[in-house]
Amino acid sequence: MDNLGTFLSVLSQGLPFTIIATVGGIALTIVLSFVAGLALLSSSRTVRIIARVYVEGLRGTSEVVQLFWIFFALPVLVGFQIVPIWAGILVLGLNHGAYGAEIVRGAVQSVPRAQIEGAIALNLTPAQRMRRVVLPQAVVEMLPPFNNLFIQLLKSTALLSFVSINEITRQAQQVLVPRFNPQAFEIFLLLLVMYLVMSLVITAVMRTLERVAAARVGRTPSARSRRQATGAGVA
Amino acid sequence: MNVWDWNFAGQIIPALLNGLRITLVATVLGSLIAFVLGLVLAILGRGPRPVRIVVRAVVEFVRSTPLLVQVYFLFFVLPTFGVVLPALTVGVLALGLHYATYTSEVYRAGIDAVPRGQWEAATALSLPRSRVWTGVVLPQAVPRVLPALGNYVISMFKETPLLIGIGVLDIVGQVREVGGQSFRYVEAYTIAGLLFLLLSYPASLAVRRLERRRAVR
Amino acid sequence: MIEFDGVEKRFGDHVVLSELSFAVAPGEHVCLIGPSGSGKTTILRLLMTLEKVDAGTITVGGTSLSHMDKGGTLVPADDKHVREVRKRIGMVFQQFNLFPNMTVRGNLIEAPTRVLGLSKEEATARAQELLDLVGLGDRMDSHPTQLSGGQQQRVAIARALAMRPDVLLLDEVTSALDPELVAGVLTLLRDLGASTDITFLCVTHEMGFARDFSDRVMMFDGGRVIEDAAPEKLFTAPEHERTRAFLHAVVDR
Repeated sequence: MDNLGTFLSVLSQGLPFTIIATVGGIALTIVLSFVAGLALLSSSRTVRIIARVYVEGLRGTSEVVQLFWIFFALPVLVGFQIVPIWAGILVLGLNHGAYGAEIVRGAVQSVPRAQIEGAIALNLTPAQRMRRVVLPQAVVEMLPPFNNLFIQLLKSTALLSFVSINEITRQAQQVLVPRFNPQAFEIFLLLLVMYLVMSLVITAVMRTLERVAAARVGRTPSARSRRQATGAGVA
Repeated sequence: MNVWDWNFAGQIIPALLNGLRITLVATVLGSLIAFVLGLVLAILGRGPRPVRIVVRAVVEFVRSTPLLVQVYFLFFVLPTFGVVLPALTVGVLALGLHYATYTSEVYRAGIDAVPRGQWEAATALSLPRSRVWTGVVLPQAVPRVLPALGNYVISMFKETPLLIGIGVLDIVGQVREVGGQSFRYVEAYTIAGLLFLLLSYPASLAVRRLERRRAVR
Repeated sequence: MIEFDGVEKRFGDHVVLSELSFAVAPGEHVCLIGPSGSGKTTILRLLMTLEKVDAGTITVGGTSLSHMDKGGTLVPADDKHVREVRKRIGMVFQQFNLFPNMTVRGNLIEAPTRVLGLSKEEATARAQELLDLVGLGDRMDSHPTQLSGGQQQRVAIARALAMRPDVLLLDEVTSALDPELVAGVLTLLRDLGASTDITFLCVTHEMGFARDFSDRVMMFDGGRVIEDAAPEKLFTAPEHERTRAFLHAVVDR
């Protein structure tokens, strides 16, 4: 284990890319989830169909294929190359946003009809009903599945090693393993632990948000949502 | 140079289908491991406390870390213990192990959903432990969780391409080969994407139908 | 104030209301009674535009709920028109329907600030006044889930009143309450009835309340009004056999 310091420092050089990709990907995922999720519930058929095509198209194809498509096919079509890390964030966001859209749709639909009727009886506009009454309640339901989704996204950042982004998996596989092959066990174990720690950080942040959100609607997090949040299920 | 060349698209399809075959083989074998190992983990997870804690920790660890890294782990670490396996075999093992942690959760939920009364009735009849599982609990739990297992098979199918990391020539591996030779990527990656969609979308529709049928019952 | 003219409402093949016509005068207190599933609640939901009529017209204060005048011809009402009519109507629900994501204050000032355009201060002052009226003056910053059912329903009444409605619809407002909490809410409603000129239309199973609160009672069965009379008459000398049987059943419980 004398090379542990070297391993840590080489892997750490990749950490900024992993973190930027994760945080950027999560941000884009949240935006796309809400836009597409609400579009799935739109009263306009056209809007619903467009959202459906996005959701099913991205969920139905492989993330690795999407990654290579954006890196190798898209530049041919648009005529320029996107900065790799941005393209990486784009793929992560597009892919997980499609899963997130279903989370948002499901959560909005889970808000009891009586709440909407209460808002109609007070003469709130449809937009006000959504923003002030439905979404604040729906968000509580969204947080546990979003926790799982964000952990999936963190894990997906490892795929960026395929397109020459020097995140931690690429640091291990391209830099460390060729030099310290007999110590592959230590190298990858260390790498796995780094991912574990990051996923625990995500879960800790989401649990805090869950508590805050649940308190705002006068609930303690239910046993069900707690169980859902314990693992990173594939959506 | 045209953006889309139909001739070229036609030429590469046989190679892509060949790759698809590998993708499907990996998915099927990986699923079999995940189904069996997941069930073992789920049953162990109901065992004595120390076993339960270890199983829980392993499951959480594997679920929280990337499949690709686990693939590399097996690929590079097994040989240091003298175990040298073909890349596809390593890939199938990694897929199976990774997804077993998901399916174990699915089985666990299915087993939890079997009413306590069923266990009590089986105990009252003094059935042996193994018969309680195979004769009473599992026949009730497994059909219930089939849709969820189906979803994981579809997920695995879409994740198989990351085996190119260890040189498996699946569909994406083939695309990289033909794309690299001709420097034409648009056709290859678009067709690859469509092939995935063509298989996984109907499959997920079928799973949704199965889900609804079970919900009605 | 309220007028139903030949109103029909179906859910699929099931006819809930057929050829229903009646009117309620301004300031009148009308109670709807009758067996469950007779369509009473549907009447309130139609008025609140939570449901759409299949045939016939409903007018509130002379304005149609479902149609509007556009250059001399009647066209289906747009959202703006509906919202304009709806401003005059308030509703209190069986299950209160308070917003759990807001405090009592939030529930009370939400619509006055966003729909009526009151400032936060004005709306809060109005909310305080109404909370005092319903006897919960000190619960402004409580969370709905911290209140008892009876307290929640009183907040819901205050919330509806904060919009200064001309018409207040009460949909079985005590049915979801524990028995010991019913009296307080009914007393509050009696006081409101006596001290305001709001038009009340209520669906209730509390016959005692229907009797001393209303100017008129309508007995419903199978989607029709089968008897419409002053409470003194309807409760002591009902004309119809079905009214008699219904009253017998609910009073002798």
